[in-house]
Amino acid sequence: MESATSPNIAPLDFAGSPVNKTLTSDQKIDYYRLMTRIRSFERESLRQYQGGKMGGFLHLYIGQESVAVGAASLMGDNDHMITAYRCHAHALAVGMSMNECMAELFGKATGCSKGKGGSMHFFAPDKNFWGGHGIVAGQTPLGLGLGYGLKYKGLEGAALCFLGDGAVNQGAYHESLNLAALFEIPVVYIIENNGYSMGTSQKRSSAFKDCLAQRAEAYDMDWDLVNGEDLYEIRAKLGIAMERARKQSRPSILEISTYRYYGHSVADARATEYRSPEEIQKYKEHHDPISLWKQRLIKEGILTEESAKAIDKEARKEVSESVKFADESPAPTANDIIDDVYWETDNNTEASKIGRHFFND
Amino acid sequence: MREIEYRDALNEAFDEELARDENVVLMGEEVAQYNGAYKVTRGLWEKWGDKRVVDTPISEAGFIGMGIGASMLGIRPVMELMFWSFHSVAFDQLVNNAACVRYMAGGLINVPIVMRGPANGGTNVGATHSHTPEGLFAAFPGLKVCSPATPADAKGLMKTAIRDNDPVYVMENTLLYGNKGPVPDPAEGDFTIPLGKADIKREGSDISLIAHGRSVLHALEAAEKLQSEHNINAEVVDLRSIRPLDQDAIINSVVKTNRAVLVDESKPFCGVSAQIATLIQEHAFDHLDAPVKRVCTIDAPAIYSPHIEDEQLPNARRVVEQVLTIA
Repeated sequence: MESATSPNIAPLDFAGSPVNKTLTSDQKIDYYRLMTRIRSFERESLRQYQGGKMGGFLHLYIGQESVAVGAASLMGDNDHMITAYRCHAHALAVGMSMNECMAELFGKATGCSKGKGGSMHFFAPDKNFWGGHGIVAGQTPLGLGLGYGLKYKGLEGAALCFLGDGAVNQGAYHESLNLAALFEIPVVYIIENNGYSMGTSQKRSSAFKDCLAQRAEAYDMDWDLVNGEDLYEIRAKLGIAMERARKQSRPSILEISTYRYYGHSVADARATEYRSPEEIQKYKEHHDPISLWKQRLIKEGILTEESAKAIDKEARKEVSESVKFADESPAPTANDIIDDVYWETDNNTEASKIGRHFFND
Repeated sequence: MREIEYRDALNEAFDEELARDENVVLMGEEVAQYNGAYKVTRGLWEKWGDKRVVDTPISEAGFIGMGIGASMLGIRPVMELMFWSFHSVAFDQLVNNAACVRYMAGGLINVPIVMRGPANGGTNVGATHSHTPEGLFAAFPGLKVCSPATPADAKGLMKTAIRDNDPVYVMENTLLYGNKGPVPDPAEGDFTIPLGKADIKREGSDISLIAHGRSVLHALEAAEKLQSEHNINAEVVDLRSIRPLDQDAIINSVVKTNRAVLVDESKPFCGVSAQIATLIQEHAFDHLDAPVKRVCTIDAPAIYSPHIEDEQLPNARRVVEQVLTIA
């Protein structure tokens, strides 16, 4: 995959975009802190996974941090977010704590989903975060529905629906695009294009002309390409798409080029075979969103190597504490298995007392 | 009591719930301007307008999923599948999202949505349009399923389904839409029927015929024949709701009659009646004087031929024959 920035043309500087111009130094440093915390969390998750502390899959976000952070930084009270299974960063970006996230990975009752969701299913409706979904593109109609709900209630907001480049060939996604344009739904589809749908490169998985987002034209939708290594660019372009949703109730597709340093998941045995080590190294050295943001802030005179190190250290400390929290937390019990199935039985309503809801024994 | 058609009973339920709760919205293919493929939503778009009654394109995965997403924000969509047979193109949404999202979120989300439409054979439309998936969906914890047989039950259950805070899948029947039956007048007050409550449609003492949906009518017809031609007094238990399930009504009836024939338009393999049979053997084994028997749809994809389809489905004659093997 090539970077969206051509080497022959000087890239635009989005620092001067309206949505970025007003940022304070503290906000910019907060984004650095958040990206650093996400990377620390993901690195530690991998260590803990390898140490046998969790089951199932683990899809790491390392290399893509700017995307979730940039998007979450734009969210207001009526903006909502939903994504697929590579969801830890989005969860942390909307303000979920490392403790509840790590505990969820450990399958503990203190996890954000009480140990019932796991790595792919983090949720925080109180922070307008609706998951964490395991089926590729299965969340795309749900994101549409969040936008539908906003419009139905007359609220000025945007539904941000993330998907990977591997999701763009699913029928549910195309059905969602048609409905989004037809019903004028305030939804922004954000394709996090890391170049690979598991082990299959974009070229081997998708038919397209210039890029994946361009398919929007078939649905008469606006679209744009974003260089995901630049937090300013993400905020600038996504900010426009969100305004289009909020003010005009019109959908968009943004394709954000990004890169994951690790495999599709930790179960991706061929993660270092379908990509060359040189390719991975190139991204780490020249396109790492956190390094680039750090350099940018140093250049702007609002961050120093020392203060950045202090932030890194603080993030590592927070992660260690979350591991301790997760380790020491109780696991769910067998009695918890049939809670959280039905709202009516959980709330012990009159309706829940009529008829048999569960068929054990 | 006044008598109205099954479709109009449903229509009344929608009209009343649209009036009661501004978050209720009807959605589906041809439900608005066309007045419903089976005229179930007739007149509602004209009365309630574009916001409350919404035509969708033929795009089940898209619009069903959209409804689920909207319901997470507190909208109460009532989604029509023109045929429940079309569930297969929206299966991921119907199962992974509607049934599981609450659980995977540790109870932080609920999905107050209704999915509805006809689920039946008997109209010579071939295998793709004749599925009866009530047992299939009842097998997913997180979902509720009901299947009304009469106009009153259709209205009462639909209103309850719309008010329920979990996903409820209502299985109607194109062959029942035109049936007339007594339904209380709205002027007499709010009429609802709870989920999970069976109804004894005919009292009897010799054998229990346990059914849901249109099979209830076959069981009732069979019961009259058994009475008049064989002096067998059959009780007909209408489950109405598949999940939650009124197990007490089933067991009480079998304890009384000591014999049971289950009438079920599902296919026999792991259909609704398979579940009922296992409950009876678990909870009324000592009360049985004969094996539990079943009358299901004959185990093949739905045949088209108008000459023979009724023989593939449960019918009164097949029920009588099966009863006579054990009574």
